[in-house]
Amino acid sequence: MLNITRFGLLLTACLLLSGCAESNYTWGWHIVSPFDARGQTNLQFLMNGVFSTISVALVSITCSVILGLLVALPSLSKNKPLLFLSRIYVEVFRAVPMLVLILWVYYGVPVLTGLQLSVFFAGVIALALCDSAFEAEIFRAGLQSIEDGQREAADALGLSYGDKLRFIILPQAVRRVLPPLGNQFVYMLKASSLLSVIGYSELTRRANELVVVEYRPLEIYTLLVLEYLVLILLASWCVRKLEHRLARSDRTATR
Amino acid sequence: MTPTQPASPDAVVRLSDVQKFYGDYAALRDINLDVQAGEKVIICGPSGSGKSTLIRCLNRLEVHDGGKIVVDGVEMDGDTKNLATIRSEVGMVFQQFNLFPHMTVLDNLILAPMRVRKCTRDEAKDIAMSLLERVRIPEQADKYPSQLSGGQQQRVAIARALCMKPRILLFDEPTSALDPEMISEVLDVMAELASEGMTMICVTHEMGFARKVADTMVFMDKGQIVEKAPTEQFFNTPQSPRTQIFLDQILSH
Ligand SMILES: Nc1ncnc2c1ncn2[C@@H]1O[C@H](COP(=O)(O)OP(=O)(O)OP(=O)(O)O)[C@@H](O)[C@H]1O
Ligand SMILES: [Mg+2]
Repeated sequence: MLNITRFGLLLTACLLLSGCAESNYTWGWHIVSPFDARGQTNLQFLMNGVFSTISVALVSITCSVILGLLVALPSLSKNKPLLFLSRIYVEVFRAVPMLVLILWVYYGVPVLTGLQLSVFFAGVIALALCDSAFEAEIFRAGLQSIEDGQREAADALGLSYGDKLRFIILPQAVRRVLPPLGNQFVYMLKASSLLSVIGYSELTRRANELVVVEYRPLEIYTLLVLEYLVLILLASWCVRKLEHRLARSDRTATR
Repeated sequence: MTPTQPASPDAVVRLSDVQKFYGDYAALRDINLDVQAGEKVIICGPSGSGKSTLIRCLNRLEVHDGGKIVVDGVEMDGDTKNLATIRSEVGMVFQQFNLFPHMTVLDNLILAPMRVRKCTRDEAKDIAMSLLERVRIPEQADKYPSQLSGGQQQRVAIARALCMKPRILLFDEPTSALDPEMISEVLDVMAELASEGMTMICVTHEMGFARKVADTMVFMDKGQIVEKAPTEQFFNTPQSPRTQIFLDQILSH
């Protein structure tokens, strides 16, 4: 399996890297060792962040896919004002750095609205908004790649606009955009690490907190790298499985 | 029938002074055409003469810019309810088949009856299977379009249009995308439909088929109807020199 070889290579690289550390550096792996009482507690503390990382990424990507699709839908019509709005949306949210939007939503929105946002909720809003600009572009390309003839056939049969979207256009578009959507999900898993700055207790935040207590940045961050690596390899494996399943049921018309 | 004949009151399709512009370019100019119930009209003419545009105006895939189009007593205006009525009466078969590639043949056929006509799945399936028999491919029902030959795909497309039980069928060069050996299987199905009394408006360059099936021939050039005549008269004694030249060219090979 390709994934396993890749993982193995990275592990070797990590070990090599540790060999390159200053020669007088004494490794302190015991602080995250599963065979050590304190290490176990620390390890547990770090690993528990995985659920926070996955849940915030999943909720954010779901919101951003829906948002992105809504923003992309006007590209099917010739409605000028709607097209303009969707253009503006994409340009704005593509331009704002994710970290900046996270800070703005978490510290700014409560001042603006008086609503106190939880870190999770603030994080989801910021990640989803930023990412939705990219999702919109992906969907736009996907929707526009559907041949005019498909729309015309649906129209000629008298299908309503909603049915045309639901049965003809979206099923074909979704199959075509699945690979880039999968990439965005992987990207979202990584981007969720930015939420550590507002104190969301995911993988990165927990690693930071542990570093302050244990003062072992090299060991802890190395472990963090491995955590993300495993998580993301698993995620891309799932995405690929899903693609294969859809590809099997997909048939592209030959002309 | 001649171009000057007064409009008859019981036409199922009636176009009066229809205009269509792309920017400044007039794709259709002053189109007047009446089609009676059961009539087979075949439209021919050089490339770019507006044949597709004309036929696509009849179910509003293109929106005409002037004049009046009345289909089965319903005027084609901006009204969405009128449009829905017209589209349920008018079926269309495309040059490129335009089957839905992500659905099986059967699903291609039953989608519109279920969603638009509100048939149950079983009713729709019954209609679909009987139509697939009529186009002689019932055994392909569970295949995907890409697994069929071009001729089979086009026959599925005809069956799909028929599933909505339209009163009028439009064909835009239905055999132009087919390999030569598959043309006749599609034309045979169309001829059979014609003999069963379906109203048909068909753009094609298959003049043998036209001679056999058409009641009325229409020749278009530069966005206008140059000549409209009963089939025999059209082929034997074309009135316009432009028609004569076109027929000479197309019949010479
Ligand atoms: N969407 C469009 N925008 C601009 N011009 C168009 C458009 N569609 C068609 N035209 C033009 O209108 C004219 C008529 O086109 P149409 O497709 O009706 O011709 P046709 O008779 O069907 O030709 P062919 O035999 O090649 O199919 C052509 O000159 C074409 O370039
Ligand atoms: Mg054409």
